[in-house]
Amino acid sequence: MTTVRITIDPVACDAYGYCAELLPEAIVLDEWGYPIVDGRPLPADLVAAARRAARDCPRRAIRLTLKSSAG
Amino acid sequence: MGNDVRQAPPRGALHHLLGHPTDLSGHIDAHGPLAVALGRHESWQAALGANLEASGLLGRGGGGFPSATKLALARAHGDGGTLVVNGMEGEPASDKDKVLLTRAPHLVLDGAQFLAAACRARRVVVCVPAGRDGVATAVLHAISERSSARYARVSEVIVRPPDRFVAGEESALTNWIDSQTALPVFRPDKGVPLRIGKRAALVHNAETLAHVALIARNGPEPFLARGMAEEPGTCLITIGGAVAQPGVVEIERGTPLRDIVRLGTPVESFQALLVGGYGGSWVGPDDFGTPYASIPLRAIGAGAGVGVIIALGATGCGVAETARITRYLAGQSAGQCGPCVFGLPAIADDLARLAGGQSDPGLMTRLQRRLGQVNGRGACRHPDGAVSLVRSALSVFRADVAAHERGEPCGQWHRPSPLRFPGPTAR
Repeated sequence: MTTVRITIDPVACDAYGYCAELLPEAIVLDEWGYPIVDGRPLPADLVAAARRAARDCPRRAIRLTLKSSAG
Repeated sequence: MGNDVRQAPPRGALHHLLGHPTDLSGHIDAHGPLAVALGRHESWQAALGANLEASGLLGRGGGGFPSATKLALARAHGDGGTLVVNGMEGEPASDKDKVLLTRAPHLVLDGAQFLAAACRARRVVVCVPAGRDGVATAVLHAISERSSARYARVSEVIVRPPDRFVAGEESALTNWIDSQTALPVFRPDKGVPLRIGKRAALVHNAETLAHVALIARNGPEPFLARGMAEEPGTCLITIGGAVAQPGVVEIERGTPLRDIVRLGTPVESFQALLVGGYGGSWVGPDDFGTPYASIPLRAIGAGAGVGVIIALGATGCGVAETARITRYLAGQSAGQCGPCVFGLPAIADDLARLAGGQSDPGLMTRLQRRLGQVNGRGACRHPDGAVSLVRSALSVFRADVAAHERGEPCGQWHRPSPLRFPGPTAR
C-alpha cells in the first residue's frame, strides 16, 4: 500500500494558514500561525483534502511524499 | 565506561593534531610528500575509504556523522565536484578550528586533498569568515607555499563568507559558494548530496580533515590506539568559563568531562558544564564523570556537538546565562523559518523574565509549550540547538528556576556575563 505524509517547507511557508482550515485533522497552527504536522502517515480518507491543501497553498510550501510499502 | 579510556598512550607514532610544523618544508619533513592518486584509481580510492571506515572517524563540526559514509555518498555522485573545507566555526565559544587552521594549515589542506582525490573533486575551497583575517592570512600563506612548490594536486582557494552563526551550516555554505546567499537550504532528504552548480559538494569541518590527513598517511591504527574502543581518536576542545587557562586542548575521546575542565585550571568549584557549545546542553555535577564521546553524552541527554566545554562557577547563575545565550541564538537566526524567527525571541523573552525575577503564573507552561513547538521545525538545526540548551537548563538548574519563578532576585542578571558574545547580534 502507499502511505502519504505531509512535510512543510519551513523556508517557503509564510503562515497564510489556509492549510489548517482545509485540513484541520492533520494540521494545526502554532501561536505565530505556522503549521505543525506530526509526520505520521495520513489516513486514506484525508489524502484528497491534503492534495487540495497543497494545491491551494499560496507559497507552495506543502509537500506530500508518497511511499510504497509492502502489505 | 571510563575504564575504556587508555590512560597511558604509547609514545611514538601517536595520532595528534596539535604540535605540527606550520610551514610547508617542516610539514614535508615530518610527513613526507602528498601521495594521492588522481583520476580513476579505484583501488587507491577504495583503500582510503576503507581506512576511514576502519578508523570510525566522526565529523568534528557538530553533526558527528561518520566521515567514511559521507565520502561514500560523495563518490557515488560523480566527478568534478568541490571539496569544501568548513573553517567557519560560527560557535562563539569555540576556537579549535581557528587554532588548527593557523598552526597546522597544511594538515587540514592535506586532508582536503586526500578526500578530493578520493571522490575525484576538481578543487578545494576553504571557507574562513570575513573579518577573521589572522586565520585567513595563515591559510593564504599555506596555499601559496603549496602552489609555488607544486605540492597541492587540485587547486586550493580561500573564500570569505559572512561571519554569522548559521553561515557555517553546510547547506548555507554551499549555497553561498554557489550564489553568495549564506542561508541554509531546506533538505527533507539528507541522503541527497549537496551541490554547487550541477556538481556534488563534500563539506568537511577543518578538524575532521586534519584527522583524515593523518589516517590517510598512517593508516587507522594510530587513531584507533587512542580514545575509547567504541569511539576512538582524539579531538580538540575549547575550554572556557570559570577557568584560569581557557583555550584549546587535544584530548582522547572518552576523557571524563571533569578531567577535561581541569586542563583549564578552574578558578572556583563549578556547578555545571555547558557541553557542545551554545546549542549544546548543560550537565550537572552528577554527570561530571561522563566520558566525552557521543554515546555516553547522548545517554545523559547531551551531545558532543562542537568541541566546547564551559565551566559555570559556583557563583554564576545558569538561568541568567541560558537567557543570555538564548537571546544571542535568537539574534543569529537566518530569518527564513517562522518557528525560528518568532519562536526563539519568544523563548528568549520568557527566559529574560524568569532571570530578571519578572515571572508570571503562566510562564513555565508557556515556555514548555514553545520549546515543544519550535523543536525540529526549521530548515536547519539552529532552533533545535536552542531548545536543547533551554531544556537542559530547566532540568540542571531546577532549584534556581524555582527560585526565579518565585520572583527571588538574581544578582547575576545585571552583572556582565562570563560568556563570550560577538556583537552585534542583530541581523
